[in-house]
Amino acid sequence: MILSDLNLGERAQITGVTNFGLGDAVSRRLRNLGFVAGEEVVCVAKGPFGGDPLLFQIGFTRFALRKEEAGRVEIVTR
Amino acid sequence: MRIALVGNPNSGKTALFNLLTGSRQKVANYPGVTVEKKSGQLKISQSETWELLDLPGAYSFDTESPDEIVARDICLGNMPEEKKPEFIVCVADATNLRLHLRFALEVKSLGLPMVIALNMSDSAERRGIRIDIEQLEAELGVPIIPTVAVKRDGADKLLDALKSKRINAPLPTSPDLDLHSEVNRILDRAVHMPDRTSSLDDRIDRIVLHPVLGLAILALTMFFMFQAVFSWATPFMDAIDSGIGALGGFLEETLPDGPLRSLLVEGIIAGVGSVIIFLPQILLLFLFILILEESGYLPRAAFLLDRLMLGAGLSGRSFIPLLSSFACAIPGIMATRTIQDPRDRIATILVAPLMTCSARLPVYTLLIAAFIPNQTVLGIFNLGGLTLFSLYVAGILSAMIVAYVMKKVRPKLDGQSLLLELPSYRFPNVRDIVIGLWERARLFLARVGKVILAITIVLWALSTYPAPPADWTGSMIDYSIAGRIGHSIEWLFAPIGFNWQICIALIPGLAAREVAVSALGTVYAISASIEDPSGALLPIISTEWGLATGLSLLAWYIFAPQCLATLAVMQKETRSWKVVGIAVTYLFGLAYLASFLTFQAFS
Repeated sequence: MILSDLNLGERAQITGVTNFGLGDAVSRRLRNLGFVAGEEVVCVAKGPFGGDPLLFQIGFTRFALRKEEAGRVEIVTR
Repeated sequence: MRIALVGNPNSGKTALFNLLTGSRQKVANYPGVTVEKKSGQLKISQSETWELLDLPGAYSFDTESPDEIVARDICLGNMPEEKKPEFIVCVADATNLRLHLRFALEVKSLGLPMVIALNMSDSAERRGIRIDIEQLEAELGVPIIPTVAVKRDGADKLLDALKSKRINAPLPTSPDLDLHSEVNRILDRAVHMPDRTSSLDDRIDRIVLHPVLGLAILALTMFFMFQAVFSWATPFMDAIDSGIGALGGFLEETLPDGPLRSLLVEGIIAGVGSVIIFLPQILLLFLFILILEESGYLPRAAFLLDRLMLGAGLSGRSFIPLLSSFACAIPGIMATRTIQDPRDRIATILVAPLMTCSARLPVYTLLIAAFIPNQTVLGIFNLGGLTLFSLYVAGILSAMIVAYVMKKVRPKLDGQSLLLELPSYRFPNVRDIVIGLWERARLFLARVGKVILAITIVLWALSTYPAPPADWTGSMIDYSIAGRIGHSIEWLFAPIGFNWQICIALIPGLAAREVAVSALGTVYAISASIEDPSGALLPIISTEWGLATGLSLLAWYIFAPQCLATLAVMQKETRSWKVVGIAVTYLFGLAYLASFLTFQAFS
């Protein structure tokens, strides 16, 4: 499953971040911001227009990601 | 000693910098790049002053963002013309340690002597986050000092530690270390946290980020802000106005008639005075923007509007630069550095001049006062305020249309990125607001002092000389150089209803928009009759111009790129004359078109 499919209020665990193409700067940045395997993530809000962007709580921090960016993050729900 | 403050964005780094340096700050640019350089003086004793550098906020040194590259290069001593700092204060937010400690580990590997300032340690305590400082120091191998940047004595322990000079460089982090697992290991040992987030933030966000309520709150906030700027500033502006009037009257009576009196009263006081009067409005606007910025609301607004702005060819990140552009396009264009995507950045830069900057306020308020009746609409709204609001809306709508057209002309090939942190809500700190406002007021007054004063004097000379011969029957200004220039370009602007006085004012008004008002002040003061030599501008234009001309000039000012400084910043930021050329062409084109349609519709 990918992070952009997570429903509002749902909790998941990250299993990895996929590179879209060689030297994907976005996925590298995601990893640097803490989107790494093992971290818990919750979807806390969705944007008012088409549910995009999405707001995720990871650790103590909230990051707004577009669906496209969140599509790089692999997750499992329990 | 040279000390650098580094840390994540939203770590309270700048608040700590303000606390340590107070008003002894300098803002400039790093040579060769478009990243803001903030430095300040830290007085240690009578004889010793340290230099403190507030480096751009960074999440990581493994990066492609220009801000973070500058922060890294300065710490490494790789920045030309910048000395390597001798000491590093790494600021970390105690309520956001998982993210901030990761960066602290990166900073540690620089191998410079450092301490960690554990900022917002008071709110961490309130939220029940218990940090075993000794254990954390032992795990990290770096001295840790709790600070509270918003309290007056919040940095005392940090100062004591710096003065003791007993701090050595830590052992660098091994390059093979997995930073995330290392942070998790340290947090397990040294930090106890009951709850992962602030429940207050959760509750506020549930309302503020709500699809319907959130948008309504955003719209109301913006509307209230502009109504307030228009109405609250009035008493201050009236006070400044009567002060200027009294000064002009005093000089009029005491000085003998001649070129000196003419220069002072009709040139400088009429010209500069008509601009100074807008300082209260500009400061109020900046006050609102600073409060929204400090409280953490602005990134929320970016979140709400991202999809909409994406549809128009921009990005949620464009919201903050564009909002700053309401105060002034120059800091707005500079703030586009936070937009990583080059195409989004250029699009934002190109439409930034369409946001109604505070320099347009002098023009707008003058014209609204002259042509829009002072009525109350629907019981609570002032018609002038509504007109002003619609001028702002017109700017925003045209920006969206222009950005949309640009998107169609040059579609983006690769993916889009937002990746925006929404920080915890914070109560705006008075010190930070005051320092921010002071910075803006100084910039504005420096502009009035230098550029506007100089232009006013030149214009006064152009519209006074050569003096007409004794048998000249027309007005004095008709014979002057400015009068002749004005008359010679009148034909070009006749279809949009501008008379020759406006044409004259547009020329110096190219340097800065508000100069057009001071120029009109000077032009009319010189051409005014003997009975009213001070030439109060407002009654003159409301009787001499038709409604169509007044509205046409309003429409002109929504678009016209009458600010050389903005164009210069555009060139500096994009390093492309092509971008400047596109901006100038499309903005003047739209201005002429809008004025033409307005004038034809109302005359």
